[in-house]
Amino acid sequence: MRPATLAAGLPRVGEYFGKILPTLRWPVLFAGSDTEGSLAAWFYRLDSWSWLLFETANMAALATLMGAAAALLLAFPAARNLGAGMLPRQLARRGLEAMRTVPEIVFALILVWAFGVGPLAGILAIALHTAGTLGKLFAEAIENAGTGGFEAARAAGGSWAQACRFAVLPQVAPNLLSYALLRFEINLRAASVIGFVGGGGIGQELYTVIAQNYYEEISAIVVLILLCVAAIDLLSERLRHRLIGAPR
Amino acid sequence: MLELQGLTRRFGATVAVDAVSLAVPAGQMLGIIGRSGAGKSTLLRLLNRLVEPSAGRILCDGTDVTALRGRALRRWRRNCAMVFQQFNLVQRLDVLTNALLGRLAYQHGLGRARLLLTGGFPAEERARALAMLERFDLLGLALQRAETLSGGQQQRVALCRALLQAPRLILADEPIASLDPANARLVMQALRQANRAEGLTVLVNLHHLETARAYCDRIVAMQAGRIVFDGPPEALDAARLQAVYGLPEADLAAESEAAAARPAMA
Repeated sequence: MRPATLAAGLPRVGEYFGKILPTLRWPVLFAGSDTEGSLAAWFYRLDSWSWLLFETANMAALATLMGAAAALLLAFPAARNLGAGMLPRQLARRGLEAMRTVPEIVFALILVWAFGVGPLAGILAIALHTAGTLGKLFAEAIENAGTGGFEAARAAGGSWAQACRFAVLPQVAPNLLSYALLRFEINLRAASVIGFVGGGGIGQELYTVIAQNYYEEISAIVVLILLCVAAIDLLSERLRHRLIGAPR
Repeated sequence: MLELQGLTRRFGATVAVDAVSLAVPAGQMLGIIGRSGAGKSTLLRLLNRLVEPSAGRILCDGTDVTALRGRALRRWRRNCAMVFQQFNLVQRLDVLTNALLGRLAYQHGLGRARLLLTGGFPAEERARALAMLERFDLLGLALQRAETLSGGQQQRVALCRALLQAPRLILADEPIASLDPANARLVMQALRQANRAEGLTVLVNLHHLETARAYCDRIVAMQAGRIVFDGPPEALDAARLQAVYGLPEADLAAESEAAAARPAMA
């Protein structure tokens, strides 16, 4: 990390952004895609990009769902306050640690090698990482919930699983859902990046246009991803507030 | 017949319950009194096996309760229902489902798996729970969340849950310490009725000596984990009490009042 390198490189960052900016001209901004300088020309492959973005969003959604399901199953034994045995607790905690310590991209590289290029590898990679991070958050939410109901369910002869299901899950469900929705946004970005290593979706397309120096297309795709993340952010924000706020 | 033999529980260096031996005939209503920290709560938790004993045994009709594991332990817990000072309801669940938690141990086989997945109890169980709620004048609240109920209502729901277990034994740990006098009377009467009408054995921890005198057949006083008095309520006069606690009755009541108020506020 030398200041000289930083000083020399900074202008080039600006230069790159200058390069990828589209040349738009006011008079023909809303003209058809054949006209140079129009919005339509900038996004001339909007149809296929939308489809790829949709694929990426689906990857993110599926990965979040799978990861959250696995996290839910592991969070109960991992929580310290529910008295799962030493062995299950250690297994769950260490397993979750392993899943969230390995970066998604590394999982993706391994899984692309195993399952071939395409969305399956990407989905599984993100799901694994999601299970690790959400499992930890879920376990902490469970540890912060009171154990009075759990104790009562156990004292009534309920099994450990029954007590978790009826006395703990209802107490923490809004929290868990809120965490999972937050994770969905993060996973949309992750799913875009995972395309770089062959995970399918918009990321793979983005990698191609970057590699081939199609400058205007890079900015078009980045703008699309930003719009999509913002849309999901707004949507999940609303959903979370309804989940937490309304039932009171 | 419930029999405790040299029952002991240590938490680190402190001995919460110290070699307690006690025989409780079936159908008795037994009041356990003592200052806070005397080991009353731990004693009841030991009986339900929420706490494991450090030494000693619990026998019920000849069965060694302390040796039970797995399904047999759950059956024992089903048979001895607990009522808690803080009610221990699941706050975000509705009243009906809270009461139905008393039926968890009765679900078997496929229905048990389905219950875990869907969370829906079978119709006949719901009907049974509704009938119990009606008995305690809670039918109108059945679909409300437990957190919206007053303390007295919550403890009545907890009683419904306990009675739905169809237990042989009720262990009540300071059941009225967080309640106002009217609700306290209601809860004590319900416990006594379960004892008189249905023949359940009831063990109840109380800090009010007067309540214990009014409702119980027999009183056990504990101090520092040991039983220091065991006999009928009439035998526990003021002089005897002062000998046991080293305090006149009025001071004792005031002290317990303060001790009971603390957890209620928390």
